Amino acid sequence: MQRFFRSPRLLEIALPLAAVFIAFAIGGVLLWLLGANPLEAYWVLISGAFGNLNGLTSTLIKMTPLLLVALGICISFRGGVINIGGEGQIMMGALAATAFALWLRDLPGWLLLPLTLLIGAVAGGIWGAIAGILKARLNVNEILSTVMLNAIALQLMNFLLRGPMLDPAQIAAGTNVAQSETLPKSVWLLRLAPPTLLHSGVILALILAVLVYFLLWRTTIGYRIRTVGLNPSAARYAGMPAPFYIALSLTLAGAFAGLAGAVEVTGVQHRMLEGLSGGYGFSGIVAALFGKLHPLGAIPASFLFGGLLVGADKMQRAVQVPSALITAINGLVVMFVVASEVYVRRARRRAGREAAEASLKIEPNVHSVQTTAP
Amino acid sequence: MSDEFLTLATLIGIAHSGVRLATPYLYAALGEMFGQRSGVLNLGVEGVMLMGAFTAYYAVYLGGDPWLGVLAALATGALMGLLMAVISVTMQAEQGISGIGLTLFGLGLSSLLLKVLVGAPVSVKGFSVWEIPGLSAIPVIGPIFFDHNVLVYLAYLLAPASIYVLNRTTFGLKIRAVGQNPEAADSLGVRVNAVRYATVILGSSLAGLAGASLSIGLLSIFQENITNGIGFIAVALVYFGSWRPLGVLAGALLFSTINAFQLWMQVLGAPIPSDLAVMLPYILTIVVLAVGVKQIRQPAALTKPYERGE
Repeated sequence: MQRFFRSPRLLEIALPLAAVFIAFAIGGVLLWLLGANPLEAYWVLISGAFGNLNGLTSTLIKMTPLLLVALGICISFRGGVINIGGEGQIMMGALAATAFALWLRDLPGWLLLPLTLLIGAVAGGIWGAIAGILKARLNVNEILSTVMLNAIALQLMNFLLRGPMLDPAQIAAGTNVAQSETLPKSVWLLRLAPPTLLHSGVILALILAVLVYFLLWRTTIGYRIRTVGLNPSAARYAGMPAPFYIALSLTLAGAFAGLAGAVEVTGVQHRMLEGLSGGYGFSGIVAALFGKLHPLGAIPASFLFGGLLVGADKMQRAVQVPSALITAINGLVVMFVVASEVYVRRARRRAGREAAEASLKIEPNVHSVQTTAP
Repeated sequence: MSDEFLTLATLIGIAHSGVRLATPYLYAALGEMFGQRSGVLNLGVEGVMLMGAFTAYYAVYLGGDPWLGVLAALATGALMGLLMAVISVTMQAEQGISGIGLTLFGLGLSSLLLKVLVGAPVSVKGFSVWEIPGLSAIPVIGPIFFDHNVLVYLAYLLAPASIYVLNRTTFGLKIRAVGQNPEAADSLGVRVNAVRYATVILGSSLAGLAGASLSIGLLSIFQENITNGIGFIAVALVYFGSWRPLGVLAGALLFSTINAFQLWMQVLGAPIPSDLAVMLPYILTIVVLAVGVKQIRQPAALTKPYERGE
């Protein structure tokens, strides 16, 4: 029984849950110190996100970009590269998808929609590939380069949305709100349950989660990405071109974030506007870590953290607790989850040692069998 | 039009802004350098700066002296450094990720506290400019270097101080040993993790001060996400400067001068889209990271937690 409680596998599920629990407890103490009622705030948060149909569909809508970003994070982190560039990749994907759909607006929807999503993924992929190639070729720290690329993408977006891509209607009205023209209806993602805003992007994200699982664990490419991530020198020794897989995993991470941007544009906003990335580039990391960097684990994780985003908005409106609280709690979750890894590693080592001791005990028998054999 | 941009007054103005704007980068990057030299990458600088900036602002907002604000920022930084050290040194968490957590934490908490405790931000009376008597009267040099608030001067004194601590003190020797070869340092009786705690807490306090130098030094106000990436650039500057104080100083000055140039061009109405001009420093950082970093100087144990062999 004791062994069960200390088994690495159970710990892998229990520790992230404990991390979330402790983070919320700290957040609660903080709210209490600030004179708010934490129980009331958390009740509004949870019931707002999961308590009714409206909340649930909003949660699913927020879950979609989170899951897509998290899938990319799973690939890159498994490949041993840390992608902080989700925000920039989302923006580049969304910008490219918008520009493309507006440019070829007369194409039939069945052709235009998949192409638009593809262009978004390609644009995000290129943005990720810049960091990937710099890392693979020139050993540029990918954390720093992706952060810089976020800033560059943000400025590029500001420039495009105030200049070349600014909605002509905004110019005509003289309001100049920084947003693009509305996309043609043919490129809007299907609404699943009108009048709610739930769109078919969520199904796409779920299918991709399964595909990423197959990619990582059932294909040679996935095997190599993971090997390079676990032990680059062993991978090199086995003849795998490690730099190629490093660049590839960052490119794929960028592609998933770029697709998230394209899905936000075609599914939710139907145009490009400022703030579209909505911090998903960072909360996607939180979701991926909570899902233990497993594509299927990322599904419930993004559902949970999508719900927290929805609930935080409700909480801000209903009990005037700023939704920034959730950003702070997310930060604590990240720290606690990576810190708790040490217990999983220790449990694994213990399990390994016990297995080794057990095999030693059988060894004399093996010998006796061998000696008595003719 | 071109001679309008290149008057002596404009050049002095750009240089003055460059010297001034380097302040938060200097505190944050020199502090981060200590952590990295001992083998710990603290990516949470941005979050620590935000909390330092807020607490310093809030202390002054409540009627405190600016120096009380500095103390508050240092203390906040030290506390967040302690948290980072527990997680990254004791619990051996992956440093690239734990720091992102610390950044999110600081970003969220500082906005939360601002909204609950202050509401809409108002400006406060922070440090005012102190012209150094005599020196500030020197033509050209005076207005560029000796016409700033006291936190700016202190930031520049921190560079030689860092050189002294790193190269001339036992503590500095221990930092370098622990970052280069923790096993060897341990066998000589250096307490590896204690040294790392000290550098992370020191670096984080300086990041807090970097925040204060923004909120009660350069700007006299606090707003949500006021640092806007400065903390991450500070981490990049440590690479840029190849883990040497003078390199970090040169990087910070180069970076801030380009920023100042870009700001002045906007003010003077130069025909460059401002959004594109703002990109310049970031592109420059990537280019320098790609071609300018002396990888050979990277502390060998950087990002590697230390665990004693059994």
